[in-house]
Amino acid sequence: MDHSGDARMRKVELGYQIPAETYKINRATLVEYANAGGDQNPIHQDEEVAKAVGLPDVIAHGMLTMALAGRYVTKWAGHSAAVTEISSRFTKPVVVPAGVDVEITISAVIEEVSARQVKLDITAECAGVKVLGMAKATVSLL
Amino acid sequence: MFNPDAVGKSRKSSTTFKVTQESISNFAHAIGESEIINSSVTYSIMISLGPSQALLEENGLDWTRVVHGDQKFQNNRPLHAGDEVTCTSTIETYRAVAGNEIVTVRTDLHCEEELAQVQWTTLVMRG
Repeated sequence: MDHSGDARMRKVELGYQIPAETYKINRATLVEYANAGGDQNPIHQDEEVAKAVGLPDVIAHGMLTMALAGRYVTKWAGHSAAVTEISSRFTKPVVVPAGVDVEITISAVIEEVSARQVKLDITAECAGVKVLGMAKATVSLL
Repeated sequence: MFNPDAVGKSRKSSTTFKVTQESISNFAHAIGESEIINSSVTYSIMISLGPSQALLEENGLDWTRVVHGDQKFQNNRPLHAGDEVTCTSTIETYRAVAGNEIVTVRTDLHCEEELAQVQWTTLVMRG
């Protein structure tokens, strides 16, 4: 799974599929993210509230999934300062039932290369369903 | 209903947000990252959330109907402990489509005169 944090060793080639990584999250992750990220919306922690608004169960913060995409791109880039842009739509919720580790798998393809930067098309999947849409990142090569 | 005349309205935060090493580390730890000097790529959401929400609420945002549609970060540089960040949020677009209302707010994060990061948040108010 580890594709090395050494940016000098990475392959920068149009169409290259960067190896996927899988991250596990659970209810404790959501509480930790809520505290660190400042979003205490109870639908990300309280099953009753989530169900009351029509969700199947507690769902992860969309921003947590995006943060994991940021982590993935940062690792490939070598450091977060090289990641100059990241954007995403939140298309499907990541449901996190109690007592379960939920896996989010992130991968990316190099879709544009110039002397200065590369653009990545990111895929984030949970249980075979794409949870982010139009997820893109720009990595500086300078 | 959201104020359709809110497009172009802007609000500068009255206080600065002081970035601490603890908040950078807590965010990194929550998402499983070990890097702790440079902020994580999406760290600044925790800074912009309050100021952008304040502007949206002033203009009639109904939180009971809101879902986060999309998000973009343009990071000119990562944030570091000791940075004092001022947020200026501006409502960039608003449209009503098929009973839903869609609003995009941009937040500029300045460290003194330097524009360190820019974010765009699109929220959908379901009809």
